[in-house]
Amino acid sequence: MNNESYDDMVKKASPDSPLLKDCIRAFAVGGLICVIGQMLTNFALNYGLDERGAATFTSVTLIVAASLLTGMGLYSKIGKFAGAGSIVPITGFSNSVTSPAVEFKKEGYVLGLGSKIFIIAGPVILYGVLTSIIVGMVYYFAGR
Amino acid sequence: MAKHIGAETVVFSKPVSIIAAASTAGTKEGEGPLGKLFDRVLTDNMAGEETWEAAESAMVKDNLSILFEKSGVRPDFIFAGDLQNQCCGTNYGVKDIKIPTFGIFDACATFGEALALAAMTVDGGAAENVAAGVSSHFCSAERQFRFPLELGNQRPQTSTYTVTGAGAAMVSNKDVPPYITAFTIGKIVDYGVNDANNMGAAMAPAAAECISAHLRDTVRAADYYDLIVTGDLGYVGKELLLQLLKNEGIDIADNHTDCGIEIFDKASQDTHAGGSGCACSAAVFAAMLYKRLKKGELNKILLVPTGALMSPTSIQEGKSILGAAYAVAIENGVIKWNI
Repeated sequence: MNNESYDDMVKKASPDSPLLKDCIRAFAVGGLICVIGQMLTNFALNYGLDERGAATFTSVTLIVAASLLTGMGLYSKIGKFAGAGSIVPITGFSNSVTSPAVEFKKEGYVLGLGSKIFIIAGPVILYGVLTSIIVGMVYYFAGR
Repeated sequence: MAKHIGAETVVFSKPVSIIAAASTAGTKEGEGPLGKLFDRVLTDNMAGEETWEAAESAMVKDNLSILFEKSGVRPDFIFAGDLQNQCCGTNYGVKDIKIPTFGIFDACATFGEALALAAMTVDGGAAENVAAGVSSHFCSAERQFRFPLELGNQRPQTSTYTVTGAGAAMVSNKDVPPYITAFTIGKIVDYGVNDANNMGAAMAPAAAECISAHLRDTVRAADYYDLIVTGDLGYVGKELLLQLLKNEGIDIADNHTDCGIEIFDKASQDTHAGGSGCACSAAVFAAMLYKRLKKGELNKILLVPTGALMSPTSIQEGKSILGAAYAVAIENGVIKWNI
């Protein structure tokens, strides 16, 4: 048997993820996180912050909350239930930084936690910055 | 004396006994269908240690002590291995036991390799008693091969769950059933599988190759065995194994099971495709199969621990996952091989 025909066999034997159920859960939880975010923004606006300040307040609050939940061992449970619903929002990013920090603390604060904290979020940060530089240059030279 | 027959098989005509077997299991395994059968079930997967790795070593040490107590002997040698880099789980576990140890690695097939090497060592007269043991820990394996535990992601349906536990057997020249009568060292196979979340698919061809070679070399039919038990193929791998063997005209649908399927309850324990890890085959063997052999409920089994050979580096560099399998025939009678 060659690799291609075995690959077909494997595809047939491998159960798919329950797509509809996963989508509904992701939509519900992802939506809920966004609603909480909007409530935080409105709350900040009501207390006199401008739009920029309110947005920053919302991001920071969500990041801290997700980080705390990760440390308490709860975010992984939310993630297991919600999938992309809790990975895509900013809380998922927070979880992807905090979870290696928790995991690798045992290997020391410098070479463990320090060097491995961005093991998952690293590519997002690197390529996010790189993309923003490229977009910025395009805007600088062509956008004006 | 041991004799090399066929392409891949070694047979023993003198008694090479398994005089005792011991198993230790983690909390989740303890809640599973075999929970009551393990010699020891951890109340906390940290086992009172600071790290997951140290917890695994503590299990290795405790489990070997149980084995020595049950068998009433201190072995001449230990053959043991685990999934941690450089066999650290084993090495830190045996360091206080002060018995010469061969650290071996064949991923989750290590128990098969350990039994085979122990049997040859005893049969050849280099030792009277040899302990064969393995361990694995869900958390140390996740750290080494996958993601941080607290990362909020979903495991695919094809993924297996690494068993936390340890299993060991005492191989001896004492004449007490059950006996290791033969083993077949499978060839390493590569079917181009590169999905690290589908180990069953990577290992099934190796198991099929090994079982088929074993039956060919020993001139036995598949139904000779009361049970053919693979190590940790899980549900996906089992289905593939049955199909692959069927293509070769070998039908084991009625007398096959997989330790990865036996150890967890799929419906209530959320373990997707089943259990995996070195300890999966060893703990299920020690807790269930060995006892059933002793009681005479089973008389002839073929234990086939299966392993997925890869490292995080080999996966990152785009290499496919290799499969390995070792088939060990364990029977309640000594066979006078005449092939």
